[in-house]
Amino acid sequence: MKSAFLLSLSAAALAASGALADEIRVLNWQGYGTDLDWSLKAFEEATGNTVVHEYFNSEQEMLTKLRTNPGAYDVVLVNAIYNPQATEEGLLAPVDTSALENYAGIPAEFAQSDLVTEGGEVYGVPWTWGVTSFAVNTQVFDPAPGTLEVLWDPAHAGRVSIRDDAVEAMQIGALATGQGINDIQDLDAVQAKLEALMPQVRTFWGSENDWNQFMAAGEFDVATYWSGSAARSAAMGLPVEFVVPKEGAIGWLDSLAIPATSEHKEAAAQFIDWMIDPEFYVKWDAEGAPASANAEAAAALDETAFNRRVLGDPEVAARVQFQTPVDDGTRQKYLEIWQALKAAQ
Amino acid sequence: MADLVTPAERRRLYTLLSPAYLWLMVAVFLPLSAMLFFSFLTDMPQDAPDWGVTLGNYAEFLSNPTYGTLMAKSLKLAVTVTLFCILIGYPCALVLAKSIKGRAREALFLMVILPFWSNSLVRIFSWAIVLRGNGVLERAINWVLPFDVRLNLMFTTDAVVIGLVHSYLPYVILTSYLALQAVDDDLIDAARSMGASKLTILRRILLPLSLPGLLAGAVLVFVPVVGSFMEPRILGGRMGTYYGTVIEDQFVAVYNWPLGAALSFILLAVVIVILAAASPVLKRAQT
Repeated sequence: MKSAFLLSLSAAALAASGALADEIRVLNWQGYGTDLDWSLKAFEEATGNTVVHEYFNSEQEMLTKLRTNPGAYDVVLVNAIYNPQATEEGLLAPVDTSALENYAGIPAEFAQSDLVTEGGEVYGVPWTWGVTSFAVNTQVFDPAPGTLEVLWDPAHAGRVSIRDDAVEAMQIGALATGQGINDIQDLDAVQAKLEALMPQVRTFWGSENDWNQFMAAGEFDVATYWSGSAARSAAMGLPVEFVVPKEGAIGWLDSLAIPATSEHKEAAAQFIDWMIDPEFYVKWDAEGAPASANAEAAAALDETAFNRRVLGDPEVAARVQFQTPVDDGTRQKYLEIWQALKAAQ
Repeated sequence: MADLVTPAERRRLYTLLSPAYLWLMVAVFLPLSAMLFFSFLTDMPQDAPDWGVTLGNYAEFLSNPTYGTLMAKSLKLAVTVTLFCILIGYPCALVLAKSIKGRAREALFLMVILPFWSNSLVRIFSWAIVLRGNGVLERAINWVLPFDVRLNLMFTTDAVVIGLVHSYLPYVILTSYLALQAVDDDLIDAARSMGASKLTILRRILLPLSLPGLLAGAVLVFVPVVGSFMEPRILGGRMGTYYGTVIEDQFVAVYNWPLGAALSFILLAVVIVILAAASPVLKRAQT
């Protein structure tokens, strides 16, 4: 009798733990924070949930995967400019933020941004943010320049690089001509500015790896770059300093979202909470991370850390213009201008 | 000739031909027809439920001057590379076929074929190491010469031509070599005995008789170089935008497969037109 009771008790316990221990599937860029081994191990110990990853190579691929594989993913990384589209298509589920202990640390300008909320519901939890601007070789520049005009400086002709990306190039051109990046009024001015930049350019870069190799080989004096990548390059020992110039910089925000078809929404929320935890972020930052959208996490960093020293500076943050969605027509227009500029070389 | 084939022979013919044609059907014809279909769509069906059929992708080529400019640029590149391949490859084939015999020929042949055995990406990156500033080439030259030489070849059109010539040279050498080897040595001896100079022998006997091989090699170089994208992208830097790189962009960066497919078929059409225009010359060479 007693043993039967114990048996049923242990069976119940087993069933309970079985219900709690989910396998959640995360869709993200490879090597972008969610798939760090030490963090996943600690997450599994803390919650019992295991995490499996799948990767995408572009935002378009991410959207296609969400559309064509319902139920396959529980957490997905969505760049905030794609949140409205994904929400509108019904791909994302609203997130119950009351279940997220660390959500309170996210400042209102991120948490209540139109990009990640819709009708009072939260469809994306702001996770990381960063800046697209430029970085310089510190062996050439001392101190680092404070203006974007350095890309056009004849002294560095043939030692400049920008990324081969139409939208990014046009937005850099907009900053250099004193325009808003999300609403470029004078396209001709931007085109003329970029045309003047072309003879300065050594080559275009495509990926972070490209950038590091060219910089290590001494091909570049100054090149456009991403803040998080610059932190990683510097951590690797490259003589690199990231600059947020007086003309401003392009800001982006990445959010973690739960697909509408997810079958493990509770465990997914636990994982998102884990990802915005200051304790996790401080460890991640040591390996080279973008800025955390959680103010408490940023405050927990060492004072010398780039993400606190530079991006944590309110004066710098004020210069950052955050990207809003680019519609297909505008994207096409930018692409035509950019391709014409490249073809004319 | 078809009438002469007996049923038994015909059966044998089918058995021998069907594997190749089945393979071509599955691996070339089907994907290519899918691409042709895509080139007439407004959107890819899996991305937009409201996709439709359009000629707009082809009209885009005409309405946007960028594509025409790039097509001309790519054709010019292909002509340059083909000329260099002939200038370097034909003399090499001549020497291999007519002057060198035995072991030495085998060894030289191996050196010609060797680039074929390595991955093309590896080849291009090795060129990048050689050509870049303070790279292997510059250091070697500065080591030999007393004064300082700055070549600065990397990320120029020259670098793209060098990389492409290296990749495609073996085609010209191999086809010319086969044609030259078929030329009867007795013809050359006869010409020489009648007092023909070396140049006359080359001009009147060797060149006309080996022209089919040389032209076949030239076509084999010209066609892929017009659509090349990897070498321009890696070696060309900011000069490296060509028709092929724009097609690649449509597929991997912008996700406009319909436009990419349409641009590819326009390229195919242009190449076919050029080859058709050249076909009288090609035919004359054959007879």
